[in-house]
Amino acid sequence: MNRPLYPAIFAAIVTLVLTSMMLGIQLKTEGINLTLHSASEFTWYGIAGSTLAVFLFQLFREQLTGLVTLPELPSVASLLPEGKKGDRIKQLGIAFVIAAALIWPFTEFSNRGAVDLATLALIYIMLGLGLNIVVGLAGLLDLGYVAFYAVGAYTYALLSLYYDVSFWVALPLCGLLAATFGFLLGFPVLRLRGDYLAIVTLGFGEIIRILLLNWTNVTGGPNGISRIPKPDLFGLEFTKRVRCSAEDKLADACNVPFHEYFGIAYDPSYKVIFLYLLAVILVLITIYVINRLTRMPIGRAWEALREDEIACRSLGLNPTIVKLTAFTIGATFAGFAGCFFAARQGFISPESFVFIESAIILSIVVLGGMGSQLGIILAAIILTVLPELAREFQEYRMLMFGLLMVFMMIWRPQGLVPKSRPHLELASGDKPQ
Amino acid sequence: MLEALLYFVQQLLNGLTIGSTYALIAIGYTMVYGIVGMINFAHGEVYMIGTYVAFIVIAGLTTLGVDSLPLIFLAALLISMMVAASYGFTIERVAYRPLRGAPRLLALISAIGMSIFLQNFVRLAQGSRDIAMPSLITGGWTFGSVDTFEASLSYMQVIIFVVTLVTMGALTLFISKSKWGRACRSCSQDLGMTNLLGINTNNIIALTFVVGAALAAVAGVLLGMYYGVVNPYIGFIAGLKAFTAAVLGGIGSIPGAMLGGLLLGTTEAMTSAYFSSEYKDVVSFGLLILVLLFRPSGLLGKPEVEKI
Repeated sequence: MNRPLYPAIFAAIVTLVLTSMMLGIQLKTEGINLTLHSASEFTWYGIAGSTLAVFLFQLFREQLTGLVTLPELPSVASLLPEGKKGDRIKQLGIAFVIAAALIWPFTEFSNRGAVDLATLALIYIMLGLGLNIVVGLAGLLDLGYVAFYAVGAYTYALLSLYYDVSFWVALPLCGLLAATFGFLLGFPVLRLRGDYLAIVTLGFGEIIRILLLNWTNVTGGPNGISRIPKPDLFGLEFTKRVRCSAEDKLADACNVPFHEYFGIAYDPSYKVIFLYLLAVILVLITIYVINRLTRMPIGRAWEALREDEIACRSLGLNPTIVKLTAFTIGATFAGFAGCFFAARQGFISPESFVFIESAIILSIVVLGGMGSQLGIILAAIILTVLPELAREFQEYRMLMFGLLMVFMMIWRPQGLVPKSRPHLELASGDKPQ
Repeated sequence: MLEALLYFVQQLLNGLTIGSTYALIAIGYTMVYGIVGMINFAHGEVYMIGTYVAFIVIAGLTTLGVDSLPLIFLAALLISMMVAASYGFTIERVAYRPLRGAPRLLALISAIGMSIFLQNFVRLAQGSRDIAMPSLITGGWTFGSVDTFEASLSYMQVIIFVVTLVTMGALTLFISKSKWGRACRSCSQDLGMTNLLGINTNNIIALTFVVGAALAAVAGVLLGMYYGVVNPYIGFIAGLKAFTAAVLGGIGSIPGAMLGGLLLGTTEAMTSAYFSSEYKDVVSFGLLILVLLFRPSGLLGKPEVEKI
């Protein structure tokens, strides 16, 4: 009984040092002087309580380990029906979810705010799925993913500002330019070990942000770019009046407002619903393309490389090229998402592309399960909708995200919904003897 | 001509001042990397916490009426090192030890989570605004002046140089002469074998984190007193810079970290002096990419041999 006493006392002292210094005492600047304030009595009770809790936990650790075990989540794959019939049910389920997502904004269950929030969640789904290619499938940690998002957003904003390019023309260009950036950055770095990639991408994200912030005469610097036009639907615009130059008017090449064309009253929610539907379609395309890619040789190569690089090399795969494709394709989706983000927002500034955004996208991938598309979609919805529902906890959002990353890695690194791989199993009858 | 020369010398001194503190932080990265083979992303936050603790101690002692400068400085240094060391120890215990032996990606994500957590923990506890402190140590030597320009070396800069030199000297002695230092070197060569030889490698790894965190706290105290400002976000960029310094010098090598820090600090000072201060971060990260491209093992590092 004597042995756990000293570690317990040690742990308690460490806890006291950690908490009392940062939580118990607060620095305040008053005039030119720096003053100290003690935290509220409540905080001190909290500090004392946590110290006591750590002490007792360490003291009775051996007795407690048997009692408290983290619950095992059931595997999702085992809940879903198996076999041919199961595939049929799965297909029906997916069709039902897509139909529900498309019809939802027109029903009574939705309002403008909810549709808008759903659009935001869809952008994060797209970003999460894109980063999933890099982190989840290829196993490369990209901490500057938001840089490609920024490249996409600024491409559309600048093209529309200077050259009056429409959303539909800009969309592929955004993806292309983001891919080019991904390729140029990935080319030197991907030959190196994974940890370097993490830090270089982090630095790259900062470089892009600083450039956007300081290249004032092109990007507008910290003021950003405003009045970015919304996408149109085959020449129909969702604004009340269409801006049109005199020459275009003569040539009869002006866009027509949506409500005038159909002869209905103007309603700003048409625009919101249109953007939502556009986002749904973009996400569906993303899911489809990534799903196909993972079944192609290149997708299998990504996952193989993540598992064992040396084995892959001995099988004749060029690791740099395989990684580069993952990195570039991931960047492309960020470019698309950025383009849509700029169009939806109508205003962008470097503030939207800070490291925290990269961290949020990463926590979506981590929570959902690296490599698992279903998991990422759920995680993106949870992580965007929850903070909106619990606004009083907004302050604690990033704290929770940080904690979540550590906790998920220790407790369940495969995520909430682990990916189930297509695999062959021997029928139960002919097990190898 | 003389003015240009003096200007250059002044920038060199400023660069070396900042660079020597980068070197202190970089040692923490390099030691951990040398032994565990992972990037301790939360290291920059430990530096930030060290600065906060130094401010708390200085403000506290001043309020109590202690007016002996050396006493205040030493107290700030010691207490801040102690608190930072506790943070380093706890971070390793909570976020990294359970993941030892797991795929490297997991430990890296856990480290980033820890970094985000600590940053926001301090933000919530101390507020997100800048906290400023009147400078304690003022004045300096002016060693050359040409009509409009004066080159000077402030006492604070001298203190930074002296403290950094003493700390690094002590660290070098510790690593090369002491029993623990020998165990550290042995761990960085072969962790498994060291364990077999009867050394508790868990303790040595914890020690590495503690020493690294204490050095980051020294840098935090020095830079905090030099700039006189602290906010919860300084750790992120300082950590990134220090990591760049560690890679520049060759990650895993302690003299490399020192050299890399000084080089990076000088480069930054020169960039802000002759080019543009807005782009100094761009230049240092660009330097990082270039080093990785042409000499991935850094200036003093040994090329890494992949073990199968």
